[in-house]
Amino acid sequence: MRPVTLDEIESLAIGAWILGTGGGGSPYLALLNMRQLYRQGVTCHLMDASELDDDDMVAVVSNMGAPLVGQERLTDPRTMALAVTMMEEYLGKKFRAVMSLEIGGGNSIQPFMAAAILDLPVIDGDCMGRAFPEAQMTSFAIHDLRMYPLTLADVRDNAVVVARAASWKWMERISRKACVEVGSIASTCKAPRTGKEIKDCAILGSTTKAIGIGRAVQAARKAHRDPIEAVLKLEGGIKLFVGKIHDIARRTTEGFLRGTAAIEGLDEFRGHTFRLAFQNEFAVGWLDDVPRVMTPDLICVLDTVAGDAIGTETLRYGQRVTVIALPAPPILLTPKGIEHVGPRAFGYDLDFRSVFA
Amino acid sequence: MRRRIGIDVGGTNTDAVLLEDDAVVAAVKTPTTEDVTTGISRALAGLVERAPAAREAQAAMIGTTHFTNAVVQRRDLDRVAAVRVGLPSGASLPPFVDWPEDLAALVRGEVVMLEGGHEFDGRPLVPFDAAGMRAAARRVRAAGIRSVAVAAVFSPLNAACEEQAASILHEECPDVAVTLSHRLGRIGLLERENAALLNACLVELARKTARAFTAALRASGIAAPLYLTQNDGTVTLAEVAEAYPVYSFASGPTNSMRGAAFLSKRADALVIDVGGTTTDIGSLRHGFPREANSVVEIGDVRTLFRMPDLLSMGLGGGTRVAMAPSLTIGPTSVGFRLTEQGLVFGGDVLTVTDVAVAAGLIDLGDRSRVAALPASLVDSTLARIRAMIEEGVDRMKTEAGDVPLIAVGGGSFLVPPRLAGVSEVLNVPHQAVANAVGAAIAQVSGEVDQIFQDLSRDEAIARARRAAEDKAVAAGADRATVSVVEVEDLPLSYLPGNSLRTRVRVVGEIAR
Repeated sequence: MRPVTLDEIESLAIGAWILGTGGGGSPYLALLNMRQLYRQGVTCHLMDASELDDDDMVAVVSNMGAPLVGQERLTDPRTMALAVTMMEEYLGKKFRAVMSLEIGGGNSIQPFMAAAILDLPVIDGDCMGRAFPEAQMTSFAIHDLRMYPLTLADVRDNAVVVARAASWKWMERISRKACVEVGSIASTCKAPRTGKEIKDCAILGSTTKAIGIGRAVQAARKAHRDPIEAVLKLEGGIKLFVGKIHDIARRTTEGFLRGTAAIEGLDEFRGHTFRLAFQNEFAVGWLDDVPRVMTPDLICVLDTVAGDAIGTETLRYGQRVTVIALPAPPILLTPKGIEHVGPRAFGYDLDFRSVFA
Repeated sequence: MRRRIGIDVGGTNTDAVLLEDDAVVAAVKTPTTEDVTTGISRALAGLVERAPAAREAQAAMIGTTHFTNAVVQRRDLDRVAAVRVGLPSGASLPPFVDWPEDLAALVRGEVVMLEGGHEFDGRPLVPFDAAGMRAAARRVRAAGIRSVAVAAVFSPLNAACEEQAASILHEECPDVAVTLSHRLGRIGLLERENAALLNACLVELARKTARAFTAALRASGIAAPLYLTQNDGTVTLAEVAEAYPVYSFASGPTNSMRGAAFLSKRADALVIDVGGTTTDIGSLRHGFPREANSVVEIGDVRTLFRMPDLLSMGLGGGTRVAMAPSLTIGPTSVGFRLTEQGLVFGGDVLTVTDVAVAAGLIDLGDRSRVAALPASLVDSTLARIRAMIEEGVDRMKTEAGDVPLIAVGGGSFLVPPRLAGVSEVLNVPHQAVANAVGAAIAQVSGEVDQIFQDLSRDEAIARARRAAEDKAVAAGADRATVSVVEVEDLPLSYLPGNSLRTRVRVVGEIAR
């Protein structure tokens, strides 16, 4: 276990936004909360999963809801802490640590917010290794772990416990309903995990990885080097395309932001086009109409100059972007993993082929 | 006949023009002065001298960077009270939370957080704490604070809490200026609140400035009402605009783009404005600048409101050219000292203007002073400038294929007549005062940005359009001339029903 500096959390915000693969929501407001907490003298600690006893309990947390509502009802560490203490009361057991549901986007910082209030360490890991839109798209679901109970809290002291759910899909439907009722934003504590489950089934080390990516971007910017090259080098990524966004179509179906973006090539890609399809996160990319990259490989769209990630909600005409692929965690690449998070899970009739194969 | 005066106060020059219907009949360029007003008086005097009919103008429009400069330079700012309505939500991120410490320390007076606000669908979040507001208003009065910013959760969708707060403030401290966030910004509480706070600390300066401008106008014998130009290329009556100075932040570049559209009679084109120090490239759509859709920082404060999307490059008439160790253009410039320091003006600094004179692009100063410049240096400098402009144009293009490019600004002679990716380069008369022309032709706008549920896309847009038209008319537009310039819709994930965030902007001519 080691203390985490505020500088590391600043780096985490940058790296996690890149690992968000277009979704996960901007980490900015969560980062502001951490700056406030550190100003008040808080220090969070990062814990390696190997330090957990097999029967320790770990709280898996995330903020749930519409990113747009989150821009008005600003995220608050006490609400996240409330969801965790409710779960402790429901279970009659104390948690040893908290962990992020998804390392991509703002949810990477939520466990630190809860941890600061509850004085618990944060596990270095998550259960997606990126961001995904649906509840069954986690390493815990791929391992067929139990999906209940779940606690959900809002800032007005409304709280819900989902005691049982027949499947991951049912858990998603019931908790989504409760979330919408309290204004489409809520803090949630997902099904509690034992130390053994974390060690066997979580995607470990992803917090450290996100901090490292953010740090590489910051260092490159400071030295006036290319931040994207720095990310590619650090993570063994592949540069897929460089260009300018020239068409975007977005629509909401079944509660998700779906759509496509077309990019016109520049530099060595001049004369080519790249098309991206997304469901909250980028799912598939085609180079000149031939599938080039697909989920669960991480498809990240970055500002060509600054290296900042660009979310599917903030894509717009004329942006200069670089599309890169980063390797997915191995669990997502297993046959069971591909069933949960491969192209067919997003409705694309494609056989998964990794760009890293 | 429609007569209008347009004035643009830039960092280097104050420009003034008189338009009669669609013709520019007089144009004046004078140096900007420290106090701004003296420069305006001189420009107006010059204008009246050239065209006495300027006294009969029906409207005078001023665009100025005065308020932006006040924030950037941290001067003439008032101490303000911040009222946030939204508890129990957002308690951990109080007003001023992401401000630079020096600026916050300068302007932060009372900070009040109260219960209230709304949900995204218009339901109340919790009841508004009117008693708390009354107590806060009394503290504001006791502290001697003269300006208050109020921001409530989801106020762009339901402004009731902000309106209630304002009426309590008016009862308890009638002389206080109140800025309500829903009048300024879009969804995004912190950014909208920041815009309201910046506005609140500029209100007193804006009031004084607008009155000084009006006095300068009257002293020149001009009786026309004064309008201030806004970031989006429209105008608001000075007595209304003085309550919302943040809306004038980016009026300079916007005016030059609007002027370019008017002078070239093109509504869709790229515009390149080459000044003394920088070059701005923007994109015109339906005669208005395309707006930046992202967070805009002003004096290091994050805000989110109407600003043109611009690419700025360090290239202008005064940009320095260095030969050793290798050919370097800029980024520094001699700026307004060009006429002392440039070679052709008898100085000893090699500038882009000197190279242009040597190449015969323009005739300025004493050409013999650059006769000895090697032809290879002239050629490679011009080639480099061409490459910079081509790269900048390409970055701002939003469509494949060649587009027209309108060249304006005092340094527009630097734009080559033929460029890669450009169908034609348009040089227009009065291009050096395009910004003042843009001010003179400004119209009145109205905008709505709202979430609609369970409506078809067409119905949602129609409803937003009606609301935007009402806003434009309230701001002084003639309803018969109002037309839509921008429609944007974004479906929202995770919200129930069929939720669509719709933004519609309309503009119309000033009602006479």
